[in-house]
Amino acid sequence: MTEKMSIRMSGLGGQGVVTAAHILGMAAYKDDLQVTVNPFFGAEKRLAPAESYVRIAQEPIYERGEILYPSLIMVFHPHVITMGKSYTMPFFDGLEAGGTILINSASALDLSEEERDNLAKLDAQVHYVPASEVAMEVSGTHLSTNIAMLGALYRIQQRPSLDALESAMVERFGGSKFVASGSTAALDDAVKEKFAKVSQMIEKNLEVIEKAGESMFQQTH
Amino acid sequence: MLQQQVRSPEYLFFEAEKKKQFLSGSEAVREAIRKANVDVAISYPITPQSESMHLVGDLFAEGYVKEYFRGENEFAVMSSVAGAAMAGVRVFTATGGPGTMRAFEMFPVWAGSRLPIVCAFLTRGINSPLTIQPDTIEMAFLLETGMLMLHAETAQDLHDMLLKAFIVAEKTDVHLPVGVFADGFFVTHTKEILHIADADSKLPPYDPHCAPVPAMDMESVPVRQMRDPFVMKSNFISYAAHASWQQEIEAAQERSRKHLERYLGGLVETEHEDAEVLLITSGTAVSQSREAMAICRKEGLSVGLVKIKSIRPFPSDELRRLAAGKYAVIVPELNRVGWLAKEIKARVDDPRRVIGAPRVFGGMTMPAHLIVDEIRRVLQ
Repeated sequence: MTEKMSIRMSGLGGQGVVTAAHILGMAAYKDDLQVTVNPFFGAEKRLAPAESYVRIAQEPIYERGEILYPSLIMVFHPHVITMGKSYTMPFFDGLEAGGTILINSASALDLSEEERDNLAKLDAQVHYVPASEVAMEVSGTHLSTNIAMLGALYRIQQRPSLDALESAMVERFGGSKFVASGSTAALDDAVKEKFAKVSQMIEKNLEVIEKAGESMFQQTH
Repeated sequence: MLQQQVRSPEYLFFEAEKKKQFLSGSEAVREAIRKANVDVAISYPITPQSESMHLVGDLFAEGYVKEYFRGENEFAVMSSVAGAAMAGVRVFTATGGPGTMRAFEMFPVWAGSRLPIVCAFLTRGINSPLTIQPDTIEMAFLLETGMLMLHAETAQDLHDMLLKAFIVAEKTDVHLPVGVFADGFFVTHTKEILHIADADSKLPPYDPHCAPVPAMDMESVPVRQMRDPFVMKSNFISYAAHASWQQEIEAAQERSRKHLERYLGGLVETEHEDAEVLLITSGTAVSQSREAMAICRKEGLSVGLVKIKSIRPFPSDELRRLAAGKYAVIVPELNRVGWLAKEIKARVDDPRRVIGAPRVFGGMTMPAHLIVDEIRRVLQ
């Protein structure tokens, strides 16, 4: 890995956008990469825009705060684009030339001509993954949508490693060490209730990662 | 709770093996306080500080902190920690932004009472209009309260400076409160890689006999509220006592320099200090400046960096020397008023060379390219 990865994750409150960033960051850390993770700072609530940022590199990372010029944008919900539920408009704002966009949708979105033109000018690589569907189908809960998104990301980047992602999930959901705010802790409990054991949940989520990777398709603009 | 062994500050800071951890700034506060042998911690929630004192509450539940409770409001908290410190124990608290303002009366009282309180200020903009976002404006208000002020760039700094703050605060020739400042969210809510000592060691307990003023008699009635009741006497002796007492606080700040130099490795840290243009700043504006410097140096521009770690005492001599003969000094800041640029301008030989820009406030991230633009503009 030579290039720095600057990832912006946009979604709706409750989808696990911040949790996905933490898992991805923890996995990068476990792979001995340099990494920082931070959320968009605000009074977050369910279904309101939620954004988080992950920087991964081999060299030390200094820059802080929102990622204004991402190399990769992950859109966790089509409403981020179609309903403008985002802190960053348009959704590809700031994307590096040749950068990648990963959208959770079972079918390609009906983007405006202007958006398509801009994506073409940027030479953006636009990938889709039916993350919510994969989550429901494989693990029986839409709460695994964020993990499906990480699965699709893994298919594109091949890093951090699967082993690291697995052990990051174990750390996030298996121990009591993780510091979560009240509502995040409630969601953690909700997701854990769906499974008899944390080990089952991790196993299912690994399947989600694999299936998500297989379900992707690309759209050229 | 881990069995902890009391080790010397020198051991904990310089000799103990440091292990890699992936933590947020709030968690870094917890890990520092876990090793700080704190007697009393008092909290009151305010974003972005709430998580830090919540985690200190967890430490109390685990047994690492002897006493912990939530005050009625920030003024009550800052008053209560003053009471606890007067009684001769090690105390810790944290606040930020509007919380700092609400408690304000107590900060000069801490210094005036020579209380070695350590407070983390996890900075936030000041209302109104309402903001919960990062901004360092509260530091402008605290400059002349008599407390020492350290400004962390990273979660690592925040962890290290908190531990060192207790030791410097409690030196007999200092014995003053220390505020450890970190930019809210950019440090508190960012997860990053730290290297820290294990929690099986802790600092030696506070020794109240190290105080340069007599401990308060909190047992017999009437409890004395003040060090000396000058205030009730209108005569020359009481005026002179008050005046000399204030000067003594300033002198104590000055005497802290040698300790800060020893523990922090200097009040400033420099990179490429021989460059034609120097970026001089503190807090996370340093991080953004590092990125900007790297971009500019790749283009062959002669840019260096000075990170200010201690705002009080201020590294006046260091900055005067570093700024001498520079083409320009650029001071990026995360606040509207540019208090740091003013501080620097008041000390250097040629203040016209000091450019107070860029300034980002209201909560926005300071993009590195804003600093790069300023450097290019200056060099044109």
